[in-house]
Amino acid sequence: MADTLVEVQKQEIHGQDHEHHDQGFVSKYIFSTDHKIIGMQYMFTGMLMAVIGGYMAYVFRMQLAFPGISVPGFGQVSPGEYNSLITNHGSIMIFWVAMPVLIAAFGNFLIPLMIGADDMVFPRINRLSFQVFFISSVVLLISLFVEGGGFGGAWTSYPPLSANADYNQTQLGASLWLIAVALEFVAFLLGGINFITTLMNSRAPGMKAYDIPMVCWMIVIASILFMLSVGPLLAGAVMLLFDQTLNTGFYDPARGGDPILWQHLFWFFGHPEVYVVLLPAIGITVEVMATFSRKKLFGYKLVLYTAVATGVLSFFVWAHHQFIAGIDPRMANVFTVTTLLISVPIAEMLFVMIATLYGGSITLTTPMLWALSFLAEFLIGGVTGIFLGASGADIYFHDTYFVLAHFHYTFFPIAIIGTFCAFTYWFPKMFGKMMNETLGKIHFWGTIIPFNFIFIPLFVLGMGGQHRRIYNFEHFPEIAGPEYFQLREIATIALLIMLAFQAVFFFNVVMSWWKGEDAGKNPWKANTLEWTTDSPAPHGNWPVEDLPTVYRGPYEYGHPDREEDYWPQNLPG
Amino acid sequence: MLELVQASTYAADIDRLILLIGVIVGVWFLLAEGIFFWLIWKFRAKPGEKTQYLDGTEKHIKKWITIPHALVLVCDVFILVGAVSVWYDVKQQLPDADSTIRVIGQQWAWTFQHPGADNELDTGDDIFTVGDLHVEVEKTYHFQLQSRDVLHSFSVPVFRLKQDAIPGRSITGWFTPTRTGEHDVQCSEICGIGHGVMAARIHIEDANTHAAWITRSTAATTP
Ligand code: HEM
Ligand SMILES: [Cu+2]
Ligand SMILES: [Cu+2]
Repeated sequence: MADTLVEVQKQEIHGQDHEHHDQGFVSKYIFSTDHKIIGMQYMFTGMLMAVIGGYMAYVFRMQLAFPGISVPGFGQVSPGEYNSLITNHGSIMIFWVAMPVLIAAFGNFLIPLMIGADDMVFPRINRLSFQVFFISSVVLLISLFVEGGGFGGAWTSYPPLSANADYNQTQLGASLWLIAVALEFVAFLLGGINFITTLMNSRAPGMKAYDIPMVCWMIVIASILFMLSVGPLLAGAVMLLFDQTLNTGFYDPARGGDPILWQHLFWFFGHPEVYVVLLPAIGITVEVMATFSRKKLFGYKLVLYTAVATGVLSFFVWAHHQFIAGIDPRMANVFTVTTLLISVPIAEMLFVMIATLYGGSITLTTPMLWALSFLAEFLIGGVTGIFLGASGADIYFHDTYFVLAHFHYTFFPIAIIGTFCAFTYWFPKMFGKMMNETLGKIHFWGTIIPFNFIFIPLFVLGMGGQHRRIYNFEHFPEIAGPEYFQLREIATIALLIMLAFQAVFFFNVVMSWWKGEDAGKNPWKANTLEWTTDSPAPHGNWPVEDLPTVYRGPYEYGHPDREEDYWPQNLPG
Repeated sequence: MLELVQASTYAADIDRLILLIGVIVGVWFLLAEGIFFWLIWKFRAKPGEKTQYLDGTEKHIKKWITIPHALVLVCDVFILVGAVSVWYDVKQQLPDADSTIRVIGQQWAWTFQHPGADNELDTGDDIFTVGDLHVEVEKTYHFQLQSRDVLHSFSVPVFRLKQDAIPGRSITGWFTPTRTGEHDVQCSEICGIGHGVMAARIHIEDANTHAAWITRSTAATTP
């Protein structure tokens, strides 16, 4: 049986780890194979990268609102530096924040705990995955300081600009950026194998397919999408690296290459990637909404099937990023159809989430506020996407701030709101302490309100014709008027306020970890298995003789046959 | 709201399409958010009240999902028809031209090749300019878009027109200006360090002014 091999490796490793239980700090926290520690490593690395990406946003937003000023903490921003800042901001936020935190950190931490397993199937591959990821982060950060500066050809890295140092003037920066991204992909291929096999093989006795908590499904579906879409891009990245360093001409039209080929490879990955990060965030939101509305999910299978349908469709929409890129104009019609079609399962998934509230008993805890705000804000991102999927309207909107505001209204809810939602919800399980609710709510409102004040002005600017990746709009008379600059200033000031409020979060984490109330096993009275073990969960998650067995689905809240309004998955009868 | 004039025949069509989509998704958006916040308020936790044990799989409940589902599809069809017809008009068909110009992107400037007095490209009286495109109002133009190095994108917001330029290819498109004036031409595809200064102006002139410009520019360049 396939399982036996897996079991052998697992026992071997666990056996080993149990022998040296009094390891030093280094082997316990740096070279650990424990899925919870690896999850934390991913999370803290991701959060650190988020701080760097946020700092970059601060620098370039200051330059945009007040062109030419010396930005405190950075200095004057040159055009080359500006390009490098936006490129690395985008790359960091997607590849080094959204992916490591949502998929790797929570996937690692939650999957074994929620399906009743003692660890991942391949703990050492798991450790390798983080190590490769860590190296990729270091390579990326180094690339910012090499001669010529960091890569500035946008996170989409379109050749010929990205392929030729004569054009981009960042010989080393461009190659290091590409190597860092490729390494990051390798890390997630390794991690993905683990998530998929663990969910298939290590579920607690009794846990059938429809008893799996939704967030686990979502992370696994996301990993499958990632693994199916990234292959062509990795191949494309190698060709681009050859163009950069060995002077080949894969993307050089003068030598028979084609720059558009890269765009196809990039977006064949890039669009599914959007759903790779969206699905885990949806999963997190679903868990939190069920718990704090004390409601069974309105259509478990519907959520699952719409997620799969979205995933499948997401492989057929990529060219909506290339409507005006010079592809055959007839193709645009095909991709308009598929893009509008994908709105159906996504809308349906959101409807199911909204309908889950019906008949519930809703408490607005901090995690619940984050979950609800995810829905409220993501809806804005969703509906504005329709304008861009409609080829005729995209002629105008493409590469304007309308696009930029649209995708920040999807990515910010995913990467930032989704992370805070999960973090505040599972903090008690991670650290055994409750977070302070008052500070949590101050931080919530201090983030959500400024967020809208950043990006609604950017929608308006985009409709007014403001295009992307421009370091100083004073060069374009039509969009340099005072009413345009007012909107830019509103966005920047809102960002400053939002960043300031993040201090409340870090203060809250430190204080709660240090002095917070003890959480106990199940502070939220939730049903899923992670709440049946100690907080924080010990090595191996449950005592070996006491691994949980599953008797029902994860969302049995308010069952008429029970006194209590919740019914943990592991209780017999 | 920031107001950008409509200066091409299809600018109004694109704006109308945007408005159509805006109305459709606006209604959905307000409805969804309205119901959402109403549910949060209505089903807030009250002491002693137990939640309902509902499952969306029963038919009479599931209709709350299946009916909106069908309605979304219907709306998609409307949007699709609007989008494709505008797209067809702007990008897929090519009306007969009164004149043809060439637009060449390079790091980091736009070069415009005007046909000159004989109204033929690639003849001795062509007028080359850097950063200033001169066209006559109410005349239909074909443009041949080219690039000398990296990708650029020829964008004229008042026309609602945008098209990427690709080295090694010549891409043909069209526009018909509908009002005189002077407006921005942008490069809207990142093209390197100077992308942010790759600005140009389009001068839309009435017949007399345009003819005078041609005479003036030809005199200036002929020895
Ligand atoms: C902290 C708040 C944030 C602010 C104020 C912000 C602001 C911006 C702005 C103004 C740009 C465009 C710069 C330009 O085109 O000249 C940009 C680009 C981008 N941002 Fe953000 N952003 C934030 C967070 C995020 C997050 C959370 C993500 C994704 C998870 C993200 C992903 C991106 C991407 C992919 C780009 C495109 C980069 C490129 O053009 O190559 N941003 N951001
Ligand atoms: Cu896409
Ligand atoms: Cu450019």
